[in-house]
Amino acid sequence: MAIVKDDRKYAESHEWAKVDGDVATIGISDFAQHALGDVVYVDLPEVGDEVEAGEDFGAVESVKAASDLISPVSGEIVEVNEALEDAPEMVNADPYNNWIIKVKMSDPGELDSLMDAAAYDQLTKED
Amino acid sequence: MEEEIKLTCLHDKHLELGAQMSPFAGYDMPIQYKGIIEEHNAVRQDVGVFDVSHMGEVRVKGTDAEKFVNHIFVNDVTGAPDGQIFYGMMCYENGGTVDDLLVYKVNDNEFFLVINASNIDKDVAWIIQNAEGFDVEIADESLYYGEVAVQGPKAEEVLMKLLGLPLNEIKFYNFKTFHIDDEDVIISRTGYTGEDGFEVYGSHDFTRRIWDKLMQADVQPCGLGCRDTLRFEVGLPLYGDELTADITPLEASLSMFVKLDKPEFVGKDALAAQKAEGVKRRIVGLELDGNAIPRHGYPVEVDGEQVGEITTGYRSISTGKSVAMAMINKPYDKLGTKVEVRVRKKTFPATVVKKRFYDKSYKK
Repeated sequence: MAIVKDDRKYAESHEWAKVDGDVATIGISDFAQHALGDVVYVDLPEVGDEVEAGEDFGAVESVKAASDLISPVSGEIVEVNEALEDAPEMVNADPYNNWIIKVKMSDPGELDSLMDAAAYDQLTKED
Repeated sequence: MEEEIKLTCLHDKHLELGAQMSPFAGYDMPIQYKGIIEEHNAVRQDVGVFDVSHMGEVRVKGTDAEKFVNHIFVNDVTGAPDGQIFYGMMCYENGGTVDDLLVYKVNDNEFFLVINASNIDKDVAWIIQNAEGFDVEIADESLYYGEVAVQGPKAEEVLMKLLGLPLNEIKFYNFKTFHIDDEDVIISRTGYTGEDGFEVYGSHDFTRRIWDKLMQADVQPCGLGCRDTLRFEVGLPLYGDELTADITPLEASLSMFVKLDKPEFVGKDALAAQKAEGVKRRIVGLELDGNAIPRHGYPVEVDGEQVGEITTGYRSISTGKSVAMAMINKPYDKLGTKVEVRVRKKTFPATVVKKRFYDKSYKK
């Protein structure tokens, strides 16, 4: 069973966002890493890039395929997890601690359209 | 109308093993059990088994069997010893590829063709259509046969022990028919991984029994995920990627299997003309600088102009390099040519290399 953490919010495209002040830390869910299989590459954006909610900002790639990363919020990327460049498999090992980017949100109201843990858990059970 | 998904005779066993399943060529097939990397490494270093019961089998029998096979097949089976196997393609009149296949010579009057699952209906129709005027009987036996591929350096040792048969006597690209449990079982020293190994064709019941024995012997079950990474690393083509109705075997860099000195075969004139003129594009290998992973369909560019596209690409599990097979226009197909591969919004430099990213280790 995929683990869902209730200290963050989730997008339908299986990213999570954990909020601290006006900064959202973004990663992919346990359900997503399991569905992808062995992650061999994370295509990271650059610090300073602007992201839009619903737009792709990079990709996470398993052996078989590339899967776009969709930002759940809009804003400016203030940090990227460079450790994933050398050890992308950390996304499989612990998807909730091994975040991908941090975004300084331009519209924290966008968080309202994301799912809470219970709703996301329900979604993954329907898939 | 969506067609109903088909199940191989081992389907329930894949589910019991917890395989990740996905539709492939009309069948619900296992993509992976433990993980593609682990299964890939099992085949490279030890032994693994694949359910390839979805593959098609067609028997050609009759006094014109050899002549007919030579008519529809680009390789030359003339005068071959019984038990020999040939790899090659069937082509359309225009040289495009109907399918790539293995041809097993049973005897002068009988051949056994193994074709891709995704092409069974199309191939059988094509074979029958071209049989007019030949004294041959054609039987699609795809629904009778189950098939497992046991692959890896320990394949011979493991399978000989389980079956108690002298499989060491079977040479590379040869087969024998054994009478086991009241049925004929075909065992060939062939595969699609670049490793030593065997492919075993029998009834569904037999296939289930041998699968169980392999599981009891702790042989790693392997899914279609690593089947693709393994064949790719040794430069073997996949129909749909490196070969299609629009790609000739010469363009796929498979001219060694095309015997233009044969008196005739379907597609010969077009292929001979293409050879005389020189192909305008062909499949080559590419090695990328950096970590980006090239995928099927990504454009290959020179000075911002598209000169080709990726047909298959991976981060090679065995070497760690980002490599691909790509269809590239001349003159950019030459070894050492610098090109760029477009991966999403960026381009990455790449070099044309041989399309063998890992050395085969066949036991010949």
